[in-house]
Amino acid sequence: MADISVGEALAAADAELGMVPDDKPRSMARRVWDVFAENKLAMAGVAFVVFIVLFCFVGPLIYHTNQVNTNLDLTLCTPSGQHLLGCNELGYDQLGRLMVGGQTSLEVGLAAAAVAVLFGTLYGAISGFIGGPVDAIMMRIVDAGLSLPYLMVIIILAVIFHPNTAVMILVIAFFYWFAVARLVRGETLSLRTREYVQAVRVIGGRPLRSVVRHIVPNAIGTIIVQGTFAVADSILILSGLGFLGLGVAPPATDWGSMLSGGLTYIQGGNYWWLIYPPGIAIILTCISFNFIGDALRDAFETRLQRR
Amino acid sequence: MALLQIEDLRTHIQLKEGVVHAVDGVSFHVDEGETLGVVGESGCGKTMTALSIMNLLPVGGHIVGGSITLGGRDLTKLDAAAMRKVRGDDIGMIFQDPLSSLNPTHTVGAQIAEAVLLHRDVSKEEAWERAVEVLDLVGLPQARERIKEYPHQFSGGMRQRVMIAMALACEPKLLIADEPTTALDVTIQKQILELIDSLRERLGMAVILVTHDLGVIAGRADRVAVMYAGRIVETTGTEPLYENPRHPYTEALFHALPEKSAETRERLYSIPGAPPDLVRPPHGCRFAARCRYVQDRCRAEDPLLAGETTAHTYACFFPVGVREKTVAGQLVTVEPTESDETAAVEIPVGGQVVLSAKDLVKDFPVTRGALMRRKVGTVSAVAGVSFDIRHGETLGLVGESGCGKTTIGRMLVGLETPTAGMIRFGDKDLAKSTGREYRRERRQIQYMFQDSYASLDPRMRAGTILREPLIVQGMGSRREQYAKVKEMLGKVGLPASWTERYPHEFSGGQRQRLGFARALMLDPQLIVADEPVSALDVSIQAQVLNMMRDLQREMGLTYLFISHDLSVVRYLSNHIGVMYLGKLVEIGTADEVYLRPAHPYTKGLIESAPTADPEAERTKVNEGITGELPSAIHPPSGCRFRTRCPLAQEICATVEPELKPYGVANHLAACHFALQPPVPVPAAPAAEQVP
Repeated sequence: MADISVGEALAAADAELGMVPDDKPRSMARRVWDVFAENKLAMAGVAFVVFIVLFCFVGPLIYHTNQVNTNLDLTLCTPSGQHLLGCNELGYDQLGRLMVGGQTSLEVGLAAAAVAVLFGTLYGAISGFIGGPVDAIMMRIVDAGLSLPYLMVIIILAVIFHPNTAVMILVIAFFYWFAVARLVRGETLSLRTREYVQAVRVIGGRPLRSVVRHIVPNAIGTIIVQGTFAVADSILILSGLGFLGLGVAPPATDWGSMLSGGLTYIQGGNYWWLIYPPGIAIILTCISFNFIGDALRDAFETRLQRR
Repeated sequence: MALLQIEDLRTHIQLKEGVVHAVDGVSFHVDEGETLGVVGESGCGKTMTALSIMNLLPVGGHIVGGSITLGGRDLTKLDAAAMRKVRGDDIGMIFQDPLSSLNPTHTVGAQIAEAVLLHRDVSKEEAWERAVEVLDLVGLPQARERIKEYPHQFSGGMRQRVMIAMALACEPKLLIADEPTTALDVTIQKQILELIDSLRERLGMAVILVTHDLGVIAGRADRVAVMYAGRIVETTGTEPLYENPRHPYTEALFHALPEKSAETRERLYSIPGAPPDLVRPPHGCRFAARCRYVQDRCRAEDPLLAGETTAHTYACFFPVGVREKTVAGQLVTVEPTESDETAAVEIPVGGQVVLSAKDLVKDFPVTRGALMRRKVGTVSAVAGVSFDIRHGETLGLVGESGCGKTTIGRMLVGLETPTAGMIRFGDKDLAKSTGREYRRERRQIQYMFQDSYASLDPRMRAGTILREPLIVQGMGSRREQYAKVKEMLGKVGLPASWTERYPHEFSGGQRQRLGFARALMLDPQLIVADEPVSALDVSIQAQVLNMMRDLQREMGLTYLFISHDLSVVRYLSNHIGVMYLGKLVEIGTADEVYLRPAHPYTKGLIESAPTADPEAERTKVNEGITGELPSAIHPPSGCRFRTRCPLAQEICATVEPELKPYGVANHLAACHFALQPPVPVPAAPAAEQVP
């Protein structure tokens, strides 16, 4: 025993027991994907999101329609070979309109979520890491923001500004980041006391290193999951605004505005193509993002990542 | 007839990746009024056996074969309703963690009364009366007043007493205690074990004591069953088992205990590896892969539980130890297949002083309010502690939880700032330095955390974790850093190719070795190790202790070793410091403190710690320390230990004792009525000394 070192003896003991797995270690992304792929609903969600993105952005290249000028000859025409989903009250082709409206909904949803999550994460992480009175003041601001009645503020904004896509993104992001900030701050508070964050201090590291190398990577799961839900919520908020007539200005449209336009004719006859396509698109898109978010939450849970 | 008879019990747990054969053909019996000890490493099926008896298996678990006969009834054949009547009425159970086993939203009285109301046809008043009665029985002071309190208002030890009271409320015939004292301090552990013992005698019930600690079993159990990989591998009376273990696994468990080698300081025997995966149990003897006496036959055939006498059975073809009876037939003498790792290790003593702490004080403010934090009091965590650590030696700090030993370690590594005092390291005072210079200085003192899982970033690969200290300190080029990582991995026995792995891919012992490698990366002069082995099984613990000691010799390391476990501290340390409620009450060389304690607290700690020696354990009745650690917000006046001290007198409440030399050189203790004769003060004339 004297001629071999401690390390060699320990390694030999492990090897004898088959405690030295020989398979290649998998990357983090790979392990997240393995857990994620087990969730069938989430995979269906991913498939639908891919489909709807292709439908909205590639679809118009194949299915040409006029979405700029109204055509009153075609007002409320029924679905036919030329107009697969018929036309609306102004003679726009409904299928083409679904694509154009979807572009707005998806763009606003994704962009608003990104802005809200980025800003909220930064704000929450700073507040949680500094702590003390600074944290208390920063969080009271968030509380105040969360208590604002957003519909009222948006109505005022809609009067002041001409509501286009950029304005909608900023408005939705402005009302969404509060929730993200609060979540990330809570996560930071718990991560800050973890022993591996303390270990950075033992080796002489600065606070910034703790935040960038340890706290943010460990909160990334929460942030990504929250981001996914934020997309669904933003699409829903935009639809709600559009439904109230506060969406983007014509001739641009979004799914909520389309729903609102169709509602006028709900009692006048069987104009199902005005209601169901945008309604179903909103529901399926939001559910898909929610499923993806749920699965991501599991996938980032290290306990569930089998080797 | 036996009270409980288990025959060929098989319990399976259905998981996604397969069926875990958690209990695989276990048979034993428990007689009325007797205590059966069940021991083994974690993952050996001890708890699953206990839960099978109660039919409280986790999701996916079910009994697939065998019988559990309690008082003539087969419990496996009972339906859910009948089983509910058995639970709590015929069988009581105590769990490891008393906090999570009690409902925080109900008073303890309501929870005990609930158990009575479920099983007895009594009024609510009578049930509450019974609750007071059993709380009295388990030694809860002022039971009638405290019955209306909530679990969080009780200390850990008191909560466990409440759990026992609840289990005993209906006077069960059998009490199952699953690691009842693992979460408690040794002093409280002794009190709880004594309580269970005395209640067993008074109520005439049988006890199944499940534990991983051979010391706990030694003084309490009449018989012992050793479990390994879902089976019983050896069972007999307590004395024969401890005197003459026949199964190599039992023997290995004994050899891994640090207390066995504390005096000789021989290397501990560590069982290599971990128990097998019970989804695919190995063919043949399940211990074969870890057994040092393994032969070809062990891997081919499955040994049955048998022995020369029916009183002592073991499942091994080549048993160790001495045959009990001379039965006709040849005696097989067995030699270890590999050489014993028992070369004596010399510990060098007495280098230069590396670190010197002077009158260290740490107060934590107690605050109320969120925005305006008002200070409403202070917790006196460390109150004036001084000690020196010399190069190449190990200073062990022991004491109950809450005594301030961890706070001292955290102050040394810079995780806490001392309220007052000095930490002299080289020519600098670490307590006062700040900023850049301080961060550079940090590399000299490194910290080894208790929980290796929590202290390693789960999102970082092993290589990055080890390289981080070098990056932070700006040491070496990239290539040099990687070379150093490989070197340190080699030193702690991890393959160099594992740099790409994440912490959760390591086993518990391997992870602790990785944590140790990180502490070594900066070539520190001093390593503060805070309870590095207390979360590990005894066999893995031996492996880590051996490694720490070997590397100390190889690299000339200095340790401050913090632990609540005196036998571990004694095994590894040259000097031992004993702490009580923020004060250092005794310090001296390891043997001096352990064999000739001067402070009553040290003596009490030593007596409370269970040893794996049934005879010694049985003669220790009524020693140890009574009561619990007082609050550090209002520490007792004078000597802080006086409230629990058997020798306390008036002076102890008024005058705080100072550290004075006792026995041989460098043995200091702070006590007015020390147990050792004082060393004459050199300055005083000899004539004034009263003989």
